[in-house]
Amino acid sequence: MKVIVPVKRVIDYNVKARVKPDQSGVDLANVKMSMNPFDEIAVEEAIRMKETGTVTEIIAVSIGPQQAQETIRTALAMGADRGILVKTDETVEPLAVAKILKAIVEQEKPELVMLGKQAIDDDCNQTGQMLAALLDWPQGTFASEVKFTDGKLQVTREIDGGLQTIEINMPAVVTTDLRLNEPRYASLPNIMKAKKKPIDMKSPEDYEVDITPRLNVLKVTEPAKREAGVKVESAAELVKKLREEAGVI
Amino acid sequence: MHFDLNEDQRAFQETARQFSENRLAPFAAEWDEDKFFPVETLREAAVLGFGGIYVKEDVGGSNLSRLDAALIFEALSAGCTSTAAFISIHNMASWMIDCFGSEAQRRHWLPRLTTMELIASYCLTEPGAGSDAASLRTKAVREGDDYILNGTKAFISGGGHSDVYVCMVRTGGDGAKGISCLVVEKGAAGLSFGAEERKMGWNSQPTTQVIFENARVPVANLIGAEGDGFKIALQGLDGGRLNIGACSLGTAGAALEAARAYMLEREQFGRKLSHFQALQFKLADMATELEAARLLLYQAAYKLENKDPKASMYCAMAKRLATDTGFEVVNEALQIHGGYGYLKDYPIERHLRDVRVHQILEGTNEIMRMIIARNLLKP
Repeated sequence: MKVIVPVKRVIDYNVKARVKPDQSGVDLANVKMSMNPFDEIAVEEAIRMKETGTVTEIIAVSIGPQQAQETIRTALAMGADRGILVKTDETVEPLAVAKILKAIVEQEKPELVMLGKQAIDDDCNQTGQMLAALLDWPQGTFASEVKFTDGKLQVTREIDGGLQTIEINMPAVVTTDLRLNEPRYASLPNIMKAKKKPIDMKSPEDYEVDITPRLNVLKVTEPAKREAGVKVESAAELVKKLREEAGVI
Repeated sequence: MHFDLNEDQRAFQETARQFSENRLAPFAAEWDEDKFFPVETLREAAVLGFGGIYVKEDVGGSNLSRLDAALIFEALSAGCTSTAAFISIHNMASWMIDCFGSEAQRRHWLPRLTTMELIASYCLTEPGAGSDAASLRTKAVREGDDYILNGTKAFISGGGHSDVYVCMVRTGGDGAKGISCLVVEKGAAGLSFGAEERKMGWNSQPTTQVIFENARVPVANLIGAEGDGFKIALQGLDGGRLNIGACSLGTAGAALEAARAYMLEREQFGRKLSHFQALQFKLADMATELEAARLLLYQAAYKLENKDPKASMYCAMAKRLATDTGFEVVNEALQIHGGYGYLKDYPIERHLRDVRVHQILEGTNEIMRMIIARNLLKP
């Protein structure tokens, strides 16, 4: 089966994000960028399915600026077969991403789209679900285990208070959670081989998708700074503060 | 002229950084304490292509450039200096077989060396032949299809554990021209090892003497021709010096980052250390000097890769500066940490113990100055 794995280029998880002075967003100038870790898990899972013979081809898709090509290359170096870069310098919201992915799915006809449950930059957690809705495909979200048997997928989902295992028909959309696997590192020879793997260059217009944002970001602010604590003299004072100031007892 | 790494180099560096952060750094203190040689970790590194970084692809090498290798060793040593340095020695020895060995020799050893199923050591130094390497006395006398070896090699990283020893031995008369390069396999009759040396640092790799007592080595294990040994040794060392310099850069980079973080966190006299100008200046100098050493090392790697006639001099300059600067930066980072820097609870004292030897091996920094001066004063 053919699998599409959408991969997003995001601010690296190790970088301390700084908000732009005009509060319009996070400052990405000269900041290290890398593949969304949840997408990395999706790539790894697809590669493992290829290694066991379930999957025959893995297509890594990214939507973003020219540099998103590096993110696709990372996926190719890990083991994906080819890439599609849908190039745009505009902000692309989850709905627009889902629409573009739908168009790619209609062209490529994969049986599975596997992607991170959310991207660590905007934490939207919407793309997979929107794509499943647009395609009218079943969805297995927050996967911590994926098994392919008899043409169906068994997806173990991480839900509040435990795990839920569902069985879904193919074709399907699966979104991956943190505990599904531990992604491999791209080896040096595979990084070199990835250069020879093809990447198709596309634009949102090629798929006739209007990516104009539907949302209006009012402002982005940094989390409140943690303030230093105070020392109390006695247990009585502590109880008083907990009751009157913290309001927890 | 531009100074940015290309996309591939960033990708190599990223792979090395991830491996270093996740598979080396968390264990480095334990390996140091227990004097543990992490063979399984070396093989994991080899899966990623670190076993034969500049060995050709047909035998499983990654076939990358010297600059790529420097970037990789720099990233690896930020996690564990001693283990990164050992990988660099394995790479140098493997490269000698790749570059100077026959097709049969390459096919015999390299596919298993690039996976690190076999681990390689390099044997040049002897108890009585250190900086004056060409005075080495380990004798190899031909007898039929074998050489009979007698002598002792000293300070051999991997001694007793490695499977393959790339040795410089005397097959001819005195001086550099009488030296040949022989591969000795573990298990050879007459090959034994001294006790493990007790060292200041580099504790994640064993160091022993390698002793030959009428050791029998097939003539088929001769790399290149008789008398080629010293030439092979010197060429190998050009790359080895870059690698060791890179290991100092990586460790110093980690120490600099630790010092920076500590300055932002530690308070004395009611202020963060980062508010004291004396320490700000110290940190600024550390970063500046490290960056200068890094630039020279990258340049030397470029020159070696492109067979610049002065490459050996640049490698010597780069090794000298990177290892001296590396030590100084780590030492200052320790100073910034105050008493805590002296404790094993922080990694700085291990960094210091590990990088100190880089000023001594692969040619002492005094020998580096001799090489540089000889080049400068050439008529």
